[in-house]
Amino acid sequence: MDKRVTDADVALMGLKDGMTLMVGGFGLCGIPENLIAALARSGVKGLTCISNNAGVDDFGLGLLLKSKQIKKMIASYVGENAEFERQMLSGELEVDLIPQGTLAERCRAGGSGIPAFFTPAGYGTEVAEGKETREFDGKMYVMERWLRADFALVKAWKGDTNGNLVFRHTARNFNPMMAMAGTITIAEVEHLVEPGAIDPDHVHTPGIFVHRIFQGKDYEKRIEQRTVRQRA
Amino acid sequence: MALDKNQIAKRIARELQDGYYVNLGIGIPTLVANHIPPDINVTLQSENGLLGMGPFPYEGEEDADLINAGKQTVTLLPGSAIFDSATSFAMIRAQKVNLTVLGAMEVADNGDIASWKIPGKMVKGMGGAMDLVASAQNIIVCMMHTNKHGDSKLLKKCSLPLTGVGCVKRIITDLGMFEVTPEGFKLTERAPGVSVEEIKSKTEGRLVVEGEVKEMVF
Repeated sequence: MDKRVTDADVALMGLKDGMTLMVGGFGLCGIPENLIAALARSGVKGLTCISNNAGVDDFGLGLLLKSKQIKKMIASYVGENAEFERQMLSGELEVDLIPQGTLAERCRAGGSGIPAFFTPAGYGTEVAEGKETREFDGKMYVMERWLRADFALVKAWKGDTNGNLVFRHTARNFNPMMAMAGTITIAEVEHLVEPGAIDPDHVHTPGIFVHRIFQGKDYEKRIEQRTVRQRA
Repeated sequence: MALDKNQIAKRIARELQDGYYVNLGIGIPTLVANHIPPDINVTLQSENGLLGMGPFPYEGEEDADLINAGKQTVTLLPGSAIFDSATSFAMIRAQKVNLTVLGAMEVADNGDIASWKIPGKMVKGMGGAMDLVASAQNIIVCMMHTNKHGDSKLLKKCSLPLTGVGCVKRIITDLGMFEVTPEGFKLTERAPGVSVEEIKSKTEGRLVVEGEVKEMVF
């Protein structure tokens, strides 16, 4: 099935105020740059965003925070974004901080038809408040529920028009689980190819999870912490 | 003399064993990678989805698609593996990672750790720390012994929101090395030139000192 759409603006058709989105990426690595820019252009607001981080002040999801399009953020680490911290401490932004592994597994569960699971992360901390806890084989665990989204926005390195995706290096991160958990999943790719151009053995995300796909453009791929070593 | 950050990292590196899979947190723990003894083979796990993390790239060879959990540019090594975040935390929860080294704001003498939030002031989030401390077989915390106001970070009870309960096994500070025992923090080594009395005066939690405590050798 040909799932290709022309660009990010067309891909977001049907995305409305108040919806819940998943946005792939770790820091600025592997974020759907084109889709985030299109969201900013669209002016859609009242969004709940599920993403490991919240970008930086002037890039990634930070762009949507600055324009106050996000009502609630579900993330694990937001240390890189001063505007985020300001909005959270002032109460303008609703925030649910959850352990990174729990976030990944809740997305995976949402995309796998598993409504809840038990994890040891956060037992005895405020993360476990109000949640069911249970002992298994002598250790305590916290029940966590699945996460699902109206739209999942992911970025892959390569994809075919059937929606099969291949990620590159650590830009994979949360993208595969989020792709599974969207009612509508949109993939933007650096290289859109015809069916057959990707070896089936090399597919990371099978096309069944992807509803719309397009070739992104003008990737900035900003580096947050450029660290290098000197040549001997 | 209290230890500097590199000496703390160097001392932790001596705890590594051949064949270990190790997760190093942000800050001082990252420096441990610079001191891995050349005669042992240690594989570094980065929770954003990389096993077999190499050193920083040479200038001009940075790749935006290849970072560690601190968002720093890194490299791959022959035999490295890449995976998604769910798989990464599967290996952490299932205790495939042998040692976790991380920083903290406070540690209590029962092994509780606080590292992610100062209510009303600083909220960065826990990242992967809660998953790591809840599951790791062996956790070493490294931090300064006191905060910038001179208050002890080794406490009877943590005052900040917890990251994990009863999980810390060992602590290395600029003043010494400690094991968490049922009786409290057991001082096992002290920094060169730092007296037991100084450590006692800067430790709020229960401190156990047995016999002569040897100095760290570098």
